[in-house]
Amino acid sequence: MAGFDKRVTSYAEAMDGIESGMTVIAGGFGLCGIPENLIAEIKRRGVKDLTIYSNNCGVDGFGLGLLLEDKQIRRFYASYVGENALFERQMLDGEIEVILTPQGTLAEKMRAGGAGIPAFYTATGYGTPIGEGKEVREFNGRHYILEESVVGDFAIVKGWKADRYGNVVYRNTAQNFNPVAATAGRITVVEVEEIVEPGELKPDQIHTPGIYVDRLIQGTFEKRIEKRTVHQD
Amino acid sequence: MALTREQMAMRVARELEDGFYVNLGIGIPTLVANYIPDGIDVMLQSENGLLGMGRFPTEEELDPDMINAGKQTVTARPGAAIFSSAESFAMIRGGHVDLTVLGAFEVDQNGNIASWMVPGKLIKGMGGAMDLVAGAENIICTMTHASKHGESKLLESCNLPLTGAGCINRVLTDLAYLEIKDGAFHLKERAPGVSVEEIKSLTAGKLVVPDHVPEMTFAA
Repeated sequence: MAGFDKRVTSYAEAMDGIESGMTVIAGGFGLCGIPENLIAEIKRRGVKDLTIYSNNCGVDGFGLGLLLEDKQIRRFYASYVGENALFERQMLDGEIEVILTPQGTLAEKMRAGGAGIPAFYTATGYGTPIGEGKEVREFNGRHYILEESVVGDFAIVKGWKADRYGNVVYRNTAQNFNPVAATAGRITVVEVEEIVEPGELKPDQIHTPGIYVDRLIQGTFEKRIEKRTVHQD
Repeated sequence: MALTREQMAMRVARELEDGFYVNLGIGIPTLVANYIPDGIDVMLQSENGLLGMGRFPTEEELDPDMINAGKQTVTARPGAAIFSSAESFAMIRGGHVDLTVLGAFEVDQNGNIASWMVPGKLIKGMGGAMDLVAGAENIICTMTHASKHGESKLLESCNLPLTGAGCINRVLTDLAYLEIKDGAFHLKERAPGVSVEEIKSLTAGKLVVPDHVPEMTFAA
């Protein structure tokens, strides 16, 4: 009896069921807190025509940038995509459709999606190209646009520690989009640096309760630094 | 003389108040952190989910799990809090951040701002800027007053696609400090040695000039 034990034993098992044409929500900000090994598994499987929701698209050869090499991404919702030459080329060639989305709206799309709320009004983007064609409503004298939330076929998430039941804690700013992504997958897969026994993590310090997590795997991570800045005396 | 980047940061820093939560954008706004006046405490918000951003780390402190919204490695100061992107933008959109400082390509006399997209050039994205300008009551825009070719960036109406509509109320350029209200730029201060005439000639939008426009002063 597995009960609440969410562990799987291989990355192949972790991403079992992913198919071409699916929507995948990925945690991470830049290269910080990205599910490196789950992305690599998606590359290995060669599934195509993916729709990805993630703040950024990694860099050439790392993170979600890996999925560009075999043109696996068809549509990409992101707030900033400027760190990646291959992405730029596929965008200019029309091979990837990019839907630039304000960062807070992107996070809220995931949060609302995971919370069962199909759409929300936000002032962000009103009066800009982002608001064009969207429903506008006025509340208390201010204009808001209607944005739809998202639920992914898969959500892929990077945590720090989790217990076997899938209760997850994140470390420092590697938290970023991960907790909201975790709520918004029909199948949510979390990879962590360490899996511990139930009871070892304090219940009042859990960031993502295990109810959101379907599959859990322990991995090793490169944790590449995108912009190394150090203090000069 | 036009202000240097450092002087622009120094001037903006005078608008900080004790107890302010502040979001600083990339570029000149980032430099404001170097000029926080003595005797006041401010908490820097970084929209990737950090309230209480500290200085850059030493080699020993370097941590790939600790970055700012510009993706630079940073530290957290004592009393910092870390949270998700949804929480971060809840505090931004909800108007809880006391002051936002960000750069722009253009602003206009109605408080519109364009800062993310030049048609025909590669568009990288707006990041958190649209949420920041939509959520903040109190925004200072830092920018050069005119392009290298002498074309004003303080306009009657922005030419470029907007980042936000009717949201900017203060602008610090390399030539002047201005407020935006009632459909006009109001000249408040000028850079040392810069004449009102020069500012007038480089401001395409409606400009209201009081009888006396004080000159900014900077300690040597």
